[in-house]
Amino acid sequence: MPDKNNDPERDRLGPVPSTNLEPGMDANVTGNEQTSIEMRDVAGLSQGRIVFRRFVRNRPAMIALVVLVLTAILAYSSVGIDALGLRIPGWWKWGWNSPLPPVNGGEPTMTLWPFSLGEHPFGQDPVGRDNFANVMRGTQQSLMVIVVIGVVSTAIGVVLGAIAGYYRRFIDSLIMRLTDVVLIIPVLVIGAVVGSMSQNSGVKLGSFGLALFLALVTWPSLARFVRAEFLSLREREFVDAARMAGAGDTRIIFRHILPNAVGVIIVNATLLMAAAILLETALDYLGFGVRAPDTSLGLLISNYQESFSTSPWLFWWPGVFIIIIALSINFIGDGLRDAFDPRQKRKIGRRAKAQKKALIPVAVREP
Amino acid sequence: MFTFILRRLGIGLVVLFVASYLMYLLTAYSGDPLADLRTSTALNKGQLIEARSDLLDLGVPPYLRYFIWLGGVLKVFIGQFTLGVDPTGAQVTGQLGAAMTSTLQLVTLSEFLGLFIGVVIGITTALRQYSGYDYTVTFASFLFFSLPVFWLAAMLKQYVAIGFNDFLAEPAIPWPVIIVLSLISAVVWQGILGGSWAKRGLTAAVAFASALVVLWFLDASNWFTDPSLGPIVCAGIGVGIAFIVTALSTGIKDRRALYSSLVTVAIGMALYYPLQYVYVDASVWTILLLAVIAAGVGILVGWLFRGPDRWRSARTAAITAVSLGFIFFVDRAMGSWQVFATSSFVHGRPIATIGSSTPQLNGDLWISVLDSYSHLLLPTLCLVLVSLASYSRYSRASTLEVMNQDYIRTARAKGLTERTVVMRHAFRNSLIPVTTLLTLDIGALIGGAVITEHVFGWSGMGALFNIALDKVDVNSVMGFFLVTGATVIVFNLIADVLYSALDPRIRVS
Repeated sequence: MPDKNNDPERDRLGPVPSTNLEPGMDANVTGNEQTSIEMRDVAGLSQGRIVFRRFVRNRPAMIALVVLVLTAILAYSSVGIDALGLRIPGWWKWGWNSPLPPVNGGEPTMTLWPFSLGEHPFGQDPVGRDNFANVMRGTQQSLMVIVVIGVVSTAIGVVLGAIAGYYRRFIDSLIMRLTDVVLIIPVLVIGAVVGSMSQNSGVKLGSFGLALFLALVTWPSLARFVRAEFLSLREREFVDAARMAGAGDTRIIFRHILPNAVGVIIVNATLLMAAAILLETALDYLGFGVRAPDTSLGLLISNYQESFSTSPWLFWWPGVFIIIIALSINFIGDGLRDAFDPRQKRKIGRRAKAQKKALIPVAVREP
Repeated sequence: MFTFILRRLGIGLVVLFVASYLMYLLTAYSGDPLADLRTSTALNKGQLIEARSDLLDLGVPPYLRYFIWLGGVLKVFIGQFTLGVDPTGAQVTGQLGAAMTSTLQLVTLSEFLGLFIGVVIGITTALRQYSGYDYTVTFASFLFFSLPVFWLAAMLKQYVAIGFNDFLAEPAIPWPVIIVLSLISAVVWQGILGGSWAKRGLTAAVAFASALVVLWFLDASNWFTDPSLGPIVCAGIGVGIAFIVTALSTGIKDRRALYSSLVTVAIGMALYYPLQYVYVDASVWTILLLAVIAAGVGILVGWLFRGPDRWRSARTAAITAVSLGFIFFVDRAMGSWQVFATSSFVHGRPIATIGSSTPQLNGDLWISVLDSYSHLLLPTLCLVLVSLASYSRYSRASTLEVMNQDYIRTARAKGLTERTVVMRHAFRNSLIPVTTLLTLDIGALIGGAVITEHVFGWSGMGALFNIALDKVDVNSVMGFFLVTGATVIVFNLIADVLYSALDPRIRVS
């Protein structure tokens, strides 16, 4: 009976070194009887299937995913969509930019028991704007920023990291020096400079522009991880085999190596998105991001921090929504990391432990 | 090794050059440095505009003006280093120095505390993996990780500072609060120490009782208006430190190490009253000198105890001596608390929410120590909470990784105690990822305390950058960037060198 610390249960924060999960592979990684029990579970399944099953079984990550989806549905359906000149009203009666006569001194009307929303569930700001509508609009902005950064930044990071890691030599050092240049400028600083540039030149950057811009400066960490992954994967036999079969560079990079690096990419992209929402709200807070008449969570906090002692609800709600989004993305990222790590084993519950005990005599013993 | 450092520094300089050019252009094109003058109603408006244009070479387009600035920087080789002037004609170097001092004060303490607490939490959660303690701490660190700094800062200001000041004005802990706090202490301690249910119950009972007694005593003796430790508590803490340090450093079975620590504590306590006279006119240097002397005494005592490996005793006794010295320092500073808190500048609300020091407050070293403490408390708490999360996660992950290695199994198999396995075999190796994080963090923190400084009104690097950017004061922004950029490069290099120090298998090349 191995003691607790010898279990191959581990969780890791760093890049996952090996993600191609061929059954039988991790049997020699840990060489523990428990591995072979786990192997029965996954025998005959594809990598995507195994990862998916592991992720679905991770309760915190699944709860986080549900919370995130519900938040998104709430934000987009309540105050409607206003993008690209398209204006679809939502089911909530107030918009985010219409001053209304204050009800009850602007205090929140939501009561939990008996549950009722009232006129203004999250209260009203000093001008009378509905705080719920404001927070929902801000949440939309933050979600949009996450998606844009997740897509654009990941695409840039993956392509540059793949090229650097695959071709090595001159092009590698060129791209790596480029990442160094971008890394050396604090993102907050470069965001502030660009924000003030757009402010002074009168060009309205908007949150979409801001997100695009942030995507252009947040890719380096991802590029480094992808490069490291490619450097080791390109030496593997299956790459030689593909080359022997006559595959071109592009095909080898995208069809053969990239699928094997997908774990590193997804995990780091998730963590990048979690950092991005804090970054975007921080820029709004400092006054370099989204500006009135549009609104965002960071801007709401910045606007109302003076009135904290008199009307704290204006301050609480935007913060709570930032935390909800960032927290659920962090949990999803953590769940994905566990799911992609071939050496990661789920926690063994009491029942499973008993089962394991029963299985040991028939299972493969430790070599 | 030497060529490696030189090559990395060379590459770093090239990177810094390109990045600074980029930064210069971005800042220069971000706005109009003459905007405030153009809208002014002064009679000599034209003259003022011309004067500033001359001062800052605004006639030269930015992509060439950069080289004027670079020329000033490169004069460092002939001893005429300059970073240019800001729009008022003041040298950027001077402002930068003041801002650096203030930011370093803020960042150093919080970085050290965050690292220390984070690593301790990380290792303990790894050793108690999948316990209630582990789950709680994991959730808490994810929560802190997701907190926007500015939001957290405003919360701290509202609830901690104002609430604590209100409490200090009328310091009484009601009984329900005492009981709840003691219960929390019981739950936390049994979670950390773990073990069988009987052991957990015992731990919880001891923790509950001691918390109850301590809180009751603090409340009854009006400790919060006039805090002090006194010689008896100091001696008690000293003996406790001696045992803990010995247990972690050499193991409690090493009697020589234990006795040398205890002797050091005895010497320290014998000097308790004489030292009070030394404190009267103490300066920072006196304190540092005392710390060095304490370490020296510790080493000497350990050395005199001899034994097969005298350095073990010397090391243990020295750590004990310096820790006891710190307790003495805290004790003496507490002695000035009442004077500080009731002084006319503080108005009985000691925990500050704005700025880095109380204006016009004059006093000896102890008063200024308390003043810095009360100003550092909130921003440090804020930065520590945020950085704690990543340190504890990383060290937990790397400790788990290391504990699964074969050499740990070998160490256990040859009969080493759990302490030796954890402290000597696992700890050092699990520090490697933390080193990367630390070195990357320091660069980011010096530039990235922008928000914390903004909320707490510190006039450090962040404030310098914010104000300069607002005025399109390119030279000041570049001064800021040069410092942060150089720090990032240097600390990246340090990280690489440290890897090979921590793990001899890694060779730098």
